[in-house]
Amino acid sequence: MESAAHLKPGTQVATYCVQEKLREGGMAVLYRAAPIAGGEPGLLKVPKLEFGSHPVCYAGFEAEQMILGRVVGPHVPRLVAGGESDFGPYLVMEHIAGTSFAEYASAAPLPAADVARLGAALGSALHDLHRQDVVHHDLKPSHVILREDGQVALIDFGLAVHGHLPDLAGAESDKPLGTAAYISPEQIAGVRGDPRSDVFSLGVILYLLATGRLPFGEPTSMVGLRRRLYCDPLPPRRIIHDLPEWLQEIILHCLEVRTDTRYATAAQVAHDLTHPGQVVLTERARRAKRAGMAVAARRWLTALSAVPPARKPPTAHLALAPHVLVAIDTGCSSPRLFQALRDATMRVVGGEQQWRVSCISVLEHSLLTEQEEGAEIGRALHMLRLVELHHWAQPLGLPQEQLRFHVLEGSDVPSKLIEYARASHADHIIIGARGTSGLRRMLGSVSSRVAAEAPCSVTVVRAPHIAGMDANNFNAEIRKID
Amino acid sequence: MKIAVLADIHANLEALRACLSHAERQGAGLYAFLGDLVGYGADPVACLDLLAEYSIRSALLVRGNHDEAALGGLCEDMSFVAREAIYWTRARLSRTERDFLASLPFTTRRNDSLFVHAGADAPGSWNYITSSSQAGRSMDAARATVVFSGHVHHPSLFFAAGSGVGRFQPVPGVPIPLNGRRRWQAIVGSVGQPRDGSNAAAYALYDEQERMLTFFRVPYDHMTTARKIIAAGLPERLAARLHRGE
Repeated sequence: MESAAHLKPGTQVATYCVQEKLREGGMAVLYRAAPIAGGEPGLLKVPKLEFGSHPVCYAGFEAEQMILGRVVGPHVPRLVAGGESDFGPYLVMEHIAGTSFAEYASAAPLPAADVARLGAALGSALHDLHRQDVVHHDLKPSHVILREDGQVALIDFGLAVHGHLPDLAGAESDKPLGTAAYISPEQIAGVRGDPRSDVFSLGVILYLLATGRLPFGEPTSMVGLRRRLYCDPLPPRRIIHDLPEWLQEIILHCLEVRTDTRYATAAQVAHDLTHPGQVVLTERARRAKRAGMAVAARRWLTALSAVPPARKPPTAHLALAPHVLVAIDTGCSSPRLFQALRDATMRVVGGEQQWRVSCISVLEHSLLTEQEEGAEIGRALHMLRLVELHHWAQPLGLPQEQLRFHVLEGSDVPSKLIEYARASHADHIIIGARGTSGLRRMLGSVSSRVAAEAPCSVTVVRAPHIAGMDANNFNAEIRKID
Repeated sequence: MKIAVLADIHANLEALRACLSHAERQGAGLYAFLGDLVGYGADPVACLDLLAEYSIRSALLVRGNHDEAALGGLCEDMSFVAREAIYWTRARLSRTERDFLASLPFTTRRNDSLFVHAGADAPGSWNYITSSSQAGRSMDAARATVVFSGHVHHPSLFFAAGSGVGRFQPVPGVPIPLNGRRRWQAIVGSVGQPRDGSNAAAYALYDEQERMLTFFRVPYDHMTTARKIIAAGLPERLAARLHRGE
């Protein structure tokens, strides 16, 4: 009988017919195969099970089948079929058309704008995966495909872990699982299931795309692997002198050795890559050399005694780092509503450590185009709104690194807010309820549309009721304040 | 066929009924009761009557150490409260219930699964499976793809892996695929006396065709159960532990 690793074109595997062998990896073989009954060809994957194969081969195959069966969306290949055939276990998945990140990596260094675009798409895909309770754990350029529509798909889930399912790959070996150049420090220590491990690997990919070099090389020994626990990578701006500071800030923030100082979510990385002007530059942005021997020695000692944290599902990590959008209508709100919005914001972020608050205001286009010198006035209004947002946020007393400010422009305010929330993977929107004046009744309420259509939780905030004060009529209130 | 696997009922009628009706809503077509049907709780006769009905409708039943103790013997290896409860239970059982308990086998098989109260390595020795090595011994002896056990009142799932035996803490309501090329040891948790900090009854549902195992937690009226225990004159500690699931 033919071996599963050498199937000839025309061989029938369950209900599929092999067309050609595409790739033979260390653990499995990939074929292009079409359903016998007709239809779209897919990727047929069979694990290497012959004598001498490493048991991880099968565990990885089993893990991939299990996890692909649980995840959905454009960022993962669709699992089409799977089971047992005459040639042993097999699975069939969607063939993803697009450009492998390996091609971009071979063309590196790329311009900063391209790195940001690719990185943001990858960060979004990763966050979507993490939200489904899966950590990839083997992120590298050859496992990332840019689809023609600009979205990223991740492939090869053989080392992945699902927070609610047994960790089959992890139980198979005591050695670190991952690819040497991209593996995170905690993976080296055997910790699995932390989404920030993928954020580290994302940082390695960004570094590679931006500089054309790998930050930690490709070590082959355990000692070499562990070097990244105490030795800094060379700052990217030392290699590419005109690399923007914000990009170095983002890359080095991804590559932090300690998970609690790294970016908390891949969504935060994508958000920063999409809005580089908002990135808060720290010492990382200007770093010109690696830390010295003394620092490395101290880190080496700390790494020796580090206790691995208790395992929790990836979504439990994300829950500690919510992205909160506060929609602030600086034009038509009252001080009491402003305060109520601040109180609501503090209740949402209270206790969480790695949240991000984006303060958003929408500048309505109808206001701009009616003016003669529209563009110039638009710029001035934009700046004014930005200043007002900062002014609103100041009493919160929150750290600058965790605050972002955006003035969006458009005529349909709820759509703009919802679109922004979707693109930035917001977890919570806080928005003020507006009055019931005749105009509002006619135009409809912004908050109710946001509440109905947002991709996340929405808190609609009202100023506390005071007897005798018409809470819905801001004009009346403003007169009282004046 | 979907098999509802219920272990360690311990004469808790409210928890048993809650799990049975939950399993029915999930589409269970067959029921397996993994022993310790009695002991601790105040409703041994009512529980055994109900289980006898299921037995007639081809349910799978095996014997547990408390069931064996209820039939006679000194119970020297049991704790004081457990022994108190067994003496109390013996006095309530008639010939019918005793014959029913005496008819229960130590193990039963169906397709590639084995059902047993404790470790499958020595079914009458009532070995607790609390570690990977104990789970490994049970799986090695079972000659089955999946071993279902109770005895330990904490739900968990063990599986044979390259570096030994893996252990997984199941998440209630999330189906887990049990690949037929691997060996599995499922501890389904206790219906009548959960001890993992949750007071909800535990059981598991195994879909044979899909090879999917789902662990469930079912809240039930533990206040009533506790009141019955106190009214029956059983040790109060047996009532109190139901509230906290300890």
